[in-house]
Amino acid sequence: MSALDIVLFYFFATIALGAALVVVGQRNPTYSAFALIVSIASLSAIFGLLGSPFIAVLQVVVYAGAIMVLFVFVLMLLNVREEQKSEGRGTSPAFKAAALGLGGLLAVQILVVLLRATREGPAWAAHFDASARQVARRLFSAEYVYVFEATSILIVAALVGSLALARGGTSTRDKAAPPAGKSE
Amino acid sequence: MHPELVRHALILSLLLFVVGTVGVFLRRNIITVFMCVELMLNAVNLSFVAFSRSLGTLDAQVLVFFVLTVAAAEAAVGLAIIIALHRHKDTLDIDAFSVLKW
Repeated sequence: MSALDIVLFYFFATIALGAALVVVGQRNPTYSAFALIVSIASLSAIFGLLGSPFIAVLQVVVYAGAIMVLFVFVLMLLNVREEQKSEGRGTSPAFKAAALGLGGLLAVQILVVLLRATREGPAWAAHFDASARQVARRLFSAEYVYVFEATSILIVAALVGSLALARGGTSTRDKAAPPAGKSE
Repeated sequence: MHPELVRHALILSLLLFVVGTVGVFLRRNIITVFMCVELMLNAVNLSFVAFSRSLGTLDAQVLVFFVLTVAAAEAAVGLAIIIALHRHKDTLDIDAFSVLKW
């Protein structure tokens, strides 16, 4: 790993963290979605710098390409407006302080775990080949191939479930939705 | 320097995860909350990749693959639920969904 790679690592780490803060700090969900896409793309660059090109490509294709498009599509479909400042959850300063305090507590806990895991200095494997060929060889080994097949069932179940949910055919109170079995 | 890079990647993962958690607490738009969950999944993926690079094994990369698959399924079902909720209450404010019935 060259000095340029190290500079790039910190560059993309800064972008990823800044975009994540925008996701959380932004009132408008559309801006949050676009900030999340930036964060995901810079994380993908970090994966590439850490020697995992296959995961880096998957990150862009699946996350930025598929999942985030779905998010933006739903945002446009529902015509989402900015969060209104209103009474209720998340508006009182006490609630915000409690949320930040809990976040700080979580940060300390994870930090302790990470420091213990890397106490004698984290290793850096001399030989590391995470090309698509090697990852696929591991994925289709006897250890993981049945889990891989199970995920295909999960995807089909999610597909059927989301179709059933989004059509709203199960609700008796929803008069606008057509009955199940008819296309919209 | 390189082992330090692994540690810094893990710290970045920690920070992203905590930012996502705080976002889940603070935001009131249900779609933003959902995006914060995706941010937390990304942070976990980063720690998987960093440990994979550190230990020189590919099992963590396979785990990242599964996390991505589950995240895709979760996003599809979650957004369908959000559409169904929006149809019922005509809002995306999570305060409106505080009762476990329609």
